[in-house]
Amino acid sequence: MNAMICVRMLALAALFLLAPVAARAVQPDEIMADPKLEARARALSAELRCMVCQNESIDESNADLARDLRLLVRERLQAGDSDDQIRAFLVQRYGDFILLKPPFKLETWLLWGAPFLVLLTGGCVILFARRRQQSFAVSAPLSEAERAKLDAVLGED
Amino acid sequence: MIVETGHYALVLALALALVNSVVPLWGSIARDGRLMAVAPPAALMGFALVAYAYLALTIAHVVSDFSLINVVENSHSAKPLIYKITGVWGNHEGSMLLWVLVLSLFGAAVALFSRSMPDDLRANVLAVQSWIGAAFLLFILLTSNPFARLAEPPAEGNDLNPLLQDPGLAIHPPLLYLGYVGLSITYSFAAAALIAGRIDAVFARLVRPWILIAWISLTLGIAMGSYWAYYTLGWGGFWFWDPVENASLMPWLAATALLHCTVVMEKREALKIWTIFLAILAFSLSLVGTFLVRSGVLTSVHAFASDPARGVFILLILVIFIGGSFALFALRASGLKQGGLFAPISREGTLVLNNLLLTACCATVFTGTLYPLALEALTGEKISVGAPFFNLTFVPLFLPLFILMPVGQLLPWKRGDLTGVLQRLWAAFAAGLVFMAVLAAWRGGPAVSVILSGLALYVIVGSFADLWRRLTGSGVSVSGVSQRARGLPRHAFGTAFAHAGIGVTLLGLAATGWGTEKIISMKPGDRVTAGPYELTLEGVVPRQGPNYSELVGRTAVRGAKGNTVAMIEPASRFYPARGMSRAEAGIATLGLGQVYMSIADPAPNGSVNARIFWKPLVVLIWIGALIMAFGGCLSLSDRSFRVGIARRLRKAQAPSPQPAE
Repeated sequence: MNAMICVRMLALAALFLLAPVAARAVQPDEIMADPKLEARARALSAELRCMVCQNESIDESNADLARDLRLLVRERLQAGDSDDQIRAFLVQRYGDFILLKPPFKLETWLLWGAPFLVLLTGGCVILFARRRQQSFAVSAPLSEAERAKLDAVLGED
Repeated sequence: MIVETGHYALVLALALALVNSVVPLWGSIARDGRLMAVAPPAALMGFALVAYAYLALTIAHVVSDFSLINVVENSHSAKPLIYKITGVWGNHEGSMLLWVLVLSLFGAAVALFSRSMPDDLRANVLAVQSWIGAAFLLFILLTSNPFARLAEPPAEGNDLNPLLQDPGLAIHPPLLYLGYVGLSITYSFAAAALIAGRIDAVFARLVRPWILIAWISLTLGIAMGSYWAYYTLGWGGFWFWDPVENASLMPWLAATALLHCTVVMEKREALKIWTIFLAILAFSLSLVGTFLVRSGVLTSVHAFASDPARGVFILLILVIFIGGSFALFALRASGLKQGGLFAPISREGTLVLNNLLLTACCATVFTGTLYPLALEALTGEKISVGAPFFNLTFVPLFLPLFILMPVGQLLPWKRGDLTGVLQRLWAAFAAGLVFMAVLAAWRGGPAVSVILSGLALYVIVGSFADLWRRLTGSGVSVSGVSQRARGLPRHAFGTAFAHAGIGVTLLGLAATGWGTEKIISMKPGDRVTAGPYELTLEGVVPRQGPNYSELVGRTAVRGAKGNTVAMIEPASRFYPARGMSRAEAGIATLGLGQVYMSIADPAPNGSVNARIFWKPLVVLIWIGALIMAFGGCLSLSDRSFRVGIARRLRKAQAPSPQPAE
């Protein structure tokens, strides 16, 4: 090893430290040999939040933490864990915050239920409005005299 | 000096807005025509003053006047001229000024183009518009003054966030604001109508062009933003369910619903209460969006403001305007008489269903965006709501709309025959099913993509079924069709194109399932396939930009025969002023698909990490939005919207207003 290479390595390292590198996300060296496991890793990563980023999954993020988490997920997959086991493990470590799809529980039932509540309320309002409208609409049929009058008016036209 | 005059113009604009928010209203209550006549010239003057202030700030940015804090924080003398101009709205203060500029632009437009409106309605609309203007001018002057000076100006500025130094940013925010803030006119119309207590078909007809303008701008603005994110963020994604994106999607959903229910109100005098409610809701959601983005309550890629004083101020504006209008609504709504009756299976029926689904979609986005904030504020517990949530809730609510669209277009008003309509749609059903079968046999791939593609083709074909029927009513002949085409109202074409446009977008979205992605480490000379193409990295070369340095991965894209079809230059850029870097994707549009490549900085051994996508039909996602906007423009050019017609309609109120269908 000569000194020249060392200096160049140092310079490069300094460059990397100074410049937050763009467009990294999943890197080639992270990819697993087994394509099935890798596909599972990608799918899982897309559902996990990079906690130091704004609304990015670890699959998209360039942050170091995201890389660590991606490697962690792959490590567990290699060890034979199921997707649920990995999620449970991460939630235990980092809390629900890491799940981009929040679990259904007491604190989140309103979140998950909101679309259905709106549909249900809207549907009820529409039905109720129809009922009311129909009760207005039903009126006595025309009497003979009225019909004659109407025909006369229409005939004039 | 010019900076001070700009600042002063802003103060004058506030004073004028305060006058204009009281005098015309007083005039309309006292039935004094002279007081009401104050509103239009005051609105025009207000626009001129804000435009002057905006121009002053732009000049300060262009000449790099580093005695202004705003310029120091967001500009750099070496920044290209275009980004000096667009950088004016690439920061909190400047973007709020743009907000107010667009607001006063709409006020001026009402003053100019609504001569045919009843005087009191126009006076009230402009007064309400001035309330909003006054509130936001006060906000700018008190908390976000773009004209603040520095005692000791530095020699150089901090530059603009590199992500924002892009042509996409030049178009995206102004378009989005035209949409966002354009909805303020709808709000002002609704509030004015509630104050005057007169809500009828004339109101619906008068307000529709404004909703259309806002809707077209929002559609284009969202599409533009999505394309910008697609090529600057370097992940190849185009929609992230980011709170800031959601903030623009909510008004779009509400405006879409509003656009459809004003049709019912105009033609049938039905759904009045609901129309007014939606008009208020749409702008309220714009305000909520402004609050989310501008208060710094969520900090994301787009949000560049964080100062609690501002948040509280906008929250106050939010509460006053939303609360006030809904209180007025509650007072007046019970007095509204419901109009035309209709059977469940009718044009009105499908439009009600459309509104129900769009509202539910909107509510889903709303809760999904705000729930984590509320939960954290109330319990301190942090949760995340991201794409997987919206895919499970929003998508199933939105998809039925695609099935409904062609059916609704074909159903007649009042009462319709569903079997007859379904029979008329046979060609659309057939097209969708055949397409699905062909795709399944030929491409295979994910079932979701196959099914959605079929649905998309059904929508595209079905959107034109009504037009086809009306054009070829008595046999197909070139002269007959062209004669009928001239006779048909433009909005019939507009509807067809707008609906087909969203079908085209759906096709583009469906096709993402057939895309490929490769993440590899490449050395110059390495080859890799992307869909039907082969990419060769020819070399990694450094280059110097005006205010950045970049490493460019020159890559040749070759077709099946080995011929070079495109050269792409994905780059990794470094902006020294901020010490930030960003990716610049290399994109080749080949037919309707794209080869997309982004690279990271090279490793010591000279190889680069590259992300390479083949995205078939991806361009359709944005072309669909363009077609939608084109449809909107066709509708907008319909003669029934021209002011003269509105005047005739108003004069001819007595013999029942039955507009030509």
